[in-house]
Order: sequence, then C-alpha cells, then structure tokens
Amino acid sequence: MGSGHSAHLHVAGDTLLHRLPPHVKLVGLLAFVLATVSVPNGARPVLVVLLGLAVAVLVSTRVPVRHVLPRLAVETPFAVFALVLPFVAVGPEVELGPVSVSEPGLVAAVALLLKGTTGVVCAVAFAVTTEPRDLVRALQHLRVPDPLVTIASFMVRYVEVVADQLRRMRVARDSRGFRSRSVRAWPALASSTGALFIRSYERGERVHLAMLSRGYGGRMPVTAPLAGRPVQWAVALAPAAVAVAGSVAVRAA
Amino acid sequence: MSTPVLDLRRVAYAYPGGHQALYGVDLHVHPGERVALLGPNGAGKTTLVLHLNGILTPGHGSVHVSGLPVAEENLLEVRRRVGIVFQDPDDQLFMPTVRDDVAFGPANLGLRGAELDARVQEALAAVDVADLAGRAPHHLSFGQRRRVAIATVLAMRPEILVLDEPSSNLDPASRRELAAILRSLDVTILMVTHDLPYAVELCERSVVLSEGTIVADGPTREVLADDALMARHRLEMPAGFSL
Repeated sequence: MGSGHSAHLHVAGDTLLHRLPPHVKLVGLLAFVLATVSVPNGARPVLVVLLGLAVAVLVSTRVPVRHVLPRLAVETPFAVFALVLPFVAVGPEVELGPVSVSEPGLVAAVALLLKGTTGVVCAVAFAVTTEPRDLVRALQHLRVPDPLVTIASFMVRYVEVVADQLRRMRVARDSRGFRSRSVRAWPALASSTGALFIRSYERGERVHLAMLSRGYGGRMPVTAPLAGRPVQWAVALAPAAVAVAGSVAVRAA
Repeated sequence: MSTPVLDLRRVAYAYPGGHQALYGVDLHVHPGERVALLGPNGAGKTTLVLHLNGILTPGHGSVHVSGLPVAEENLLEVRRRVGIVFQDPDDQLFMPTVRDDVAFGPANLGLRGAELDARVQEALAAVDVADLAGRAPHHLSFGQRRRVAIATVLAMRPEILVLDEPSSNLDPASRRELAAILRSLDVTILMVTHDLPYAVELCERSVVLSEGTIVADGPTREVLADDALMARHRLEMPAGFSL
C-alpha cells in the first residue's frame, strides 16, 4: 500500500524544533542557509563552527541516525563536484600528498563541502520535524502565490494515489507476461506512462468538480491560521544571527 | 404542498460535442424524502446530478433549489444547499488531512476559528468518524474514506444530499453501516445507484432515468416490481433477491 516518500520523511516527536510553528522554522532555515552561503570561502573555522551548529540542531531533534543518514545522500552530486573541483580548476598549484592540485579549486571545494553539508543537514532537520501539510500551511502563510501552494498541497495529497495507480498498472502488465529487459519494451513503458498521465489529468478534472461543488472560488481558504511568538522567532533566527556575525567578523578582520 | 428542495422543469442538455444527454427532465424532490435515481449506464444520471448545483447549465428548462434558481449569481448558496458526494472518495478528498478537507466547504462559506472547528466536529460525528480528524485520507480504508466524503458535504449543512453510487466498492459490513448512517441523517437524500436492494432498503421513492428522460417515478417497490419496465431499461435485481 501507500509508501510515498512523504510518509517517511517526517518523524513525530516533541522537541524544540518539532514545536516551532512551521512558517517560523522555514524562515529560520532560509535565513541560516543564505547567511552561511555568504560567509567568505576562506573563513574555514567559521564554516566549521556553522556546520557544527547545524549538526547540533539536527541532533536536538532526537531523530535516529539511521533514519537521517540516507536523507543526507541528496548531497552526493555536490560532493562529487567538490571532489573534482581541485583537479580541474586553474591557478597556482599546491602539493597534496603525491598529487598537485589547484589551490583556489581546493579552497572552493572545501568551502562547497562545508556549506553544502550545513545546508543539507539543516534542511533534513526541517524535513524530519515538519509534516508535509504544515509545510504547505507555512508557504500559504508566507504569501507564496496561491497556484504554487495549491500545487504543493495536491502533490502531498496525491503522490501516493498516483504511485499506487502506477504499481497496479505494473502488476497488471507483469501479470500478462511483460518483462522490461530490452529496448523493445520501451513502447509498452511509454504507453503506460501516457495512460498514467491521462488518468491523473482526468482525476484532476474530477477533483476540480468536487472543489467547485463545495464552493471553491479560486482561493484555498486558510482553515488553521499560524501564529509565531517573538521568542519562537528569536530561537528560529538565532543560527542565522550566528552565521551573519561570523561573516561580518571575518570581513572586518 | 411545501416548496420542493429540488424542482427541475423540462431540463434538456447537450454536451458541447453535440451528444444530447437529457431530453426534458421533470423532477421534484420534497423535504425529508429519500429518493433513488435509477437507470442503466449512459442514461444521463451523472449529467443530471451536475445540473443540481450549477456545474452544468441546462440548454433548456430550469432548476430551482428550495425556490432559488440555479444561476451564476446564486452559485455559492446553491452549492451550500446541494451537497454532492462523488463516487470516488479520492476525488472528493483532496486536502492533506481529513480535518482540512471537511473544513474546506464551510471555510469557502466564510466560517473561521471556533465556529469552523465546531462544524467540522459535528460533521465527522454525524458519520461516526470523529477520531479520524488528524489522519491523511490516503491512509484510511475505503469505507472510512466514503464516510469522510459524506462528512465534507454535511459540514456545509446542505438541504439535500446527492450521493453518486454510495454503496459501490464497499464490503458488506461497510455497506450496512453506511445505510444505518444515511438513515440517521436528518436531511433530504437523492441517491444515484445501480444497487437496487440498497434503493429498496433506503428509499421510499424511485425515479428511473433512461436515455435522458424520466420513464418511471413512484414507490420503490412498485417501480421495481414492474418487470416489463425493468427489462426495458436494463434494470435487474441481483440473482436470488426478491421484493
């Protein structure tokens, strides 16, 4: 049955991060990531401190490590890019063990790894403590344009319905002896994908009818308004403040 | 006699492609009635239902809901008065949680805060699923989803509940429980169904729609006992059933 990713990301709990209102948390996350990115690449101690801070935030959610680690894998492509960077970048070279690599490339690679990991760790901390529905509410509260909020909301609701449909189609296909082993199977796969698209489109039309029938007038109503207390804002923005302070100190020095 | 909740006069409709679905339908439903709308596939039942709350506008004829004409300027009030429960609950339940979904209709009517919460609780309690408020629709059983779909419409306090195939895909126990719930609701009901035993069980009156016209309208048992009429319009009791 239903096993979309949305069911797996969030982990229920009652920590500080779980209790923060979603829009406050989202703004805090965005501010911290932007502030971290703006720290000069050479300020490695500051970047290490910020990464430590991000890890501390993630640890404070008390979500098991084995749940968190696979989520961090999204960073892999960036990590690969960072590892390649010292070898392909130009500029003065330094000796790193047996090989000589580009010095600006090495600095950029280390900064990219530190900043990227900090961002991913924070994003995972946000994701494991925020239900998909609350993310949608936060976007709506932060005045993200309604069509985008509606798209996000429908994705949260229907991703598993569509995944189930896909699964049923695959079982029906395989039950008639289909095996996707060579290029010759592609037409069948393509028409399944097309059928799924059309079914989803038709469902969209039926959902729209159901919405109109219940008085939908073009705007999703806010049924549960969000509110953040000043102290919650202060907590959420504290990591960003640390990053900004670090960045300013480095630039002043 | 009282003002009918539904008053359709000579309603005719052709789809933009030219297919004529309804040829002058007259139908009156009075407060407190439970009416079954029967008919073979392709008879125009769904087309008729979509006229009741102004999703489709008749090419000819008129639709009134408790005296209010179904017209552009009354649409919101008409949609409050006529609650349609669609056949597939996955179409009806489009919000991330049950609570949000049940709140969608009344929120569109302008309800907020404690009043909205009370309305949601009331609707969920009416179909006996108050404990599901925080759940995601996708994680409910089909029977639960069907009940929540009914709650989403009840939350608007409709004058008439229009159900499209309410018993389809339900297991026998869910089917029986749903019947008990529908009987307990203090609301006029129009039920589109192929499930003739369900019509006998729940509706004192039945209307047969075939090829876009009403061909029979009377007490359910009398309509279903007319073998010639039944055969002419491809209606059959399941094997082994008798009235």
